[in-house]
Amino acid sequence: MTRRYTARAAVTAERDARGRTRCTRLRSDGPLALRETAGAVYLVGAAAGPLGGDVLEIDVEVGPGARSAVRSAAAAVVLPGDGVSRLAVRARIGAGAHLDFAPEPTVAAAGCDHRSVTEIALAEGATLRLCEELVLGRHGERPGRLHSRLDVTVGRTPLLRHELRVGDRHDGPAVLGDARAVGNVLLVGPGLTREPHSEEGLAVLPLAHPSAVLVTAVAPDAALLRRRLARGESIAQVAASATGPAVAAASS
Amino acid sequence: MGANHDHDPHEAAPAAGRALRLGIGGPVGSGKTALTAALCRALREEFELAVVTNDIYTTEDADFLRREGVLSDDRITAVRTGCCPHTAIRDDISANLDAVESLEARHGRLDLVIVESGGDNLTALFSRGLADRQIFVLDVAGGDDVPRKGGPGVANADLLVINKTDLAPLVGSDVALMERDAVRVRGGGPVALTSLREHPDAPEVAAWVRGVLHEARAAAAPVT
Amino acid sequence: MEEVPAALLLLADARLPAGGHAHSGGLEPAVTARAVTGLDDLRGFLRGRLATAGLTAAALAAAACAHAGVRPHRWRELDAEADARMPSPAQRRASRAQGRSLSRAARAAWSHPGLDALAAELADPHHPLVLGAAAAAAGGTPRQAAAVSAYGAVTGPASAAVRLLGLDPLGVHAVLAGLAAEVDDVAREAAASVEDGAEDGAGWGVLPAPSAPLLDLLAEAHVHAGLRLFES
Repeated sequence: MTRRYTARAAVTAERDARGRTRCTRLRSDGPLALRETAGAVYLVGAAAGPLGGDVLEIDVEVGPGARSAVRSAAAAVVLPGDGVSRLAVRARIGAGAHLDFAPEPTVAAAGCDHRSVTEIALAEGATLRLCEELVLGRHGERPGRLHSRLDVTVGRTPLLRHELRVGDRHDGPAVLGDARAVGNVLLVGPGLTREPHSEEGLAVLPLAHPSAVLVTAVAPDAALLRRRLARGESIAQVAASATGPAVAAASS
Repeated sequence: MGANHDHDPHEAAPAAGRALRLGIGGPVGSGKTALTAALCRALREEFELAVVTNDIYTTEDADFLRREGVLSDDRITAVRTGCCPHTAIRDDISANLDAVESLEARHGRLDLVIVESGGDNLTALFSRGLADRQIFVLDVAGGDDVPRKGGPGVANADLLVINKTDLAPLVGSDVALMERDAVRVRGGGPVALTSLREHPDAPEVAAWVRGVLHEARAAAAPVT
Repeated sequence: MEEVPAALLLLADARLPAGGHAHSGGLEPAVTARAVTGLDDLRGFLRGRLATAGLTAAALAAAACAHAGVRPHRWRELDAEADARMPSPAQRRASRAQGRSLSRAARAAWSHPGLDALAAELADPHHPLVLGAAAAAAGGTPRQAAAVSAYGAVTGPASAAVRLLGLDPLGVHAVLAGLAAEVDDVAREAAASVEDGAEDGAGWGVLPAPSAPLLDLLAEAHVHAGLRLFES
């Protein structure tokens, strides 16, 4: 295979004089398209993949006080190709702004070699909902390699640095066990629970930062993973619904 | 927070300004927890007390003390020992020191912190880095040859308690022999015979601890 | 690593009185969940722990060792980097409890300005920070600090497995010997992540942060377990 794409997409949301969020920039090229709908900006893949060798970059800027949601139209199936495929997501969220970033799952197909980095810079008082779901192989296959790194900072302080490495032959009983799907929802905002919770395949983990909770789940399939994450999110927000502005609601 | 990082590992006697640390050790089932409860009941009106339990399995001993209501909940802390109760009181006393320091930080000036070991064998002994004084508890049902055989706890504890004397006729143990052997093995060191079932407040042991506390208080008092 | 200071061996020794014996590194809840029952599972568990929590801790230890001789100290920032890499509150507590215990043991053994500054700045520093600073006090290098850390990441749970499952200690040590090359790899990767000018804190953000979802889940489940022999 010789296909190699380099694609960039950028979205900027700003709060206008009347207090409403407007998309002031929506740019995309190559196989990565952005579509604005009433509720969210959608990433639409115009080609399969990413494939090995592809480099995709997504920039998101949410200005002070604005609210933005980013979704994707379909799961991204990461396929083998010519070398390593790369995805970089960079987001800056201004004071009092909110980003809800929840693309459909990433499926690590057999033989893939994928690196994803997500860097989120929150201003003081910014809030966030960030979902990441990984499916380890298409039906019945073993996944290739996938490294996914997430760095979230508030000002100069690190809030979460979290990396998942799949396919490096150490996925045993300490890391993933028999799970075929793994995911997180990171919530940053006021009023979230400070009580950890755990049950089968799910943990709700208040971070050291006083306004942040990581919901982490493993499951035998993507559907159960999503249900577990949604349940974890509702547990994390028990306190929020009573005391403060809720972080954006879960998608189904 | 406010942890004391200036602990001097070489200090042997209770330092001025901190609680006296009393270790209570001995084999499983000899009555360590019952003795701890008895001492708390006997001394809690006169002194500021707290307890650290070292359970082999669960927090059962701490739960027992809480149920008995011998001290308020926040004066009782349980330490887990990773299957090694003797390690936690002798070779690696970190977790117990942290527990004692946390209790002192929470309650301010304490007079006495009792550290109750998990039930162990006859070789167990409290480190001097953890306990200023220690009591070793045997019972008559464990065999009346135990004091004669000795061992670090029997020989070196500041006080040896031989408990359950009421059971001696039932299990065929000779209490007088046990006491004689104990005194000999201990080079004349104190031995107390108790029956916590008949005298749940352990008056003789409480009196000994009271004496130790007054001694420590006198030693810590500023010379005027 | 031509010369290994004997002082450094004290830090790697399981007999070091620093509270390690009461922590199983997630092995006890894995045993409770029947995820580890014998030597094969144990090997997989240790390998996974080494590559995730082990690498994260080794990198932080190497960074701390490199930082111990630098002024001004920025321990609070490195401690925040450790916090950011431990989403589980139970794991953060276990790391801080062991850090506090190691700090006591190390400061009783060595006097070192970096170690003292760490204790002065933080009451309960994360364990890898103390280990790195203690390694510096013992005359070790960041690479050696990473080695001691990575070694402890597998030997602690292995010892817990002997106690919890009654596994043959000879078999367990054979497993450890089989993992030795991977321990070296992790220590090398950890040290390499620091060497790019990170001693003053500039590069701490990019230190490895591999996570182990099951260890996170198990750590929290353990807090509510009816039977707990180990703190973590």
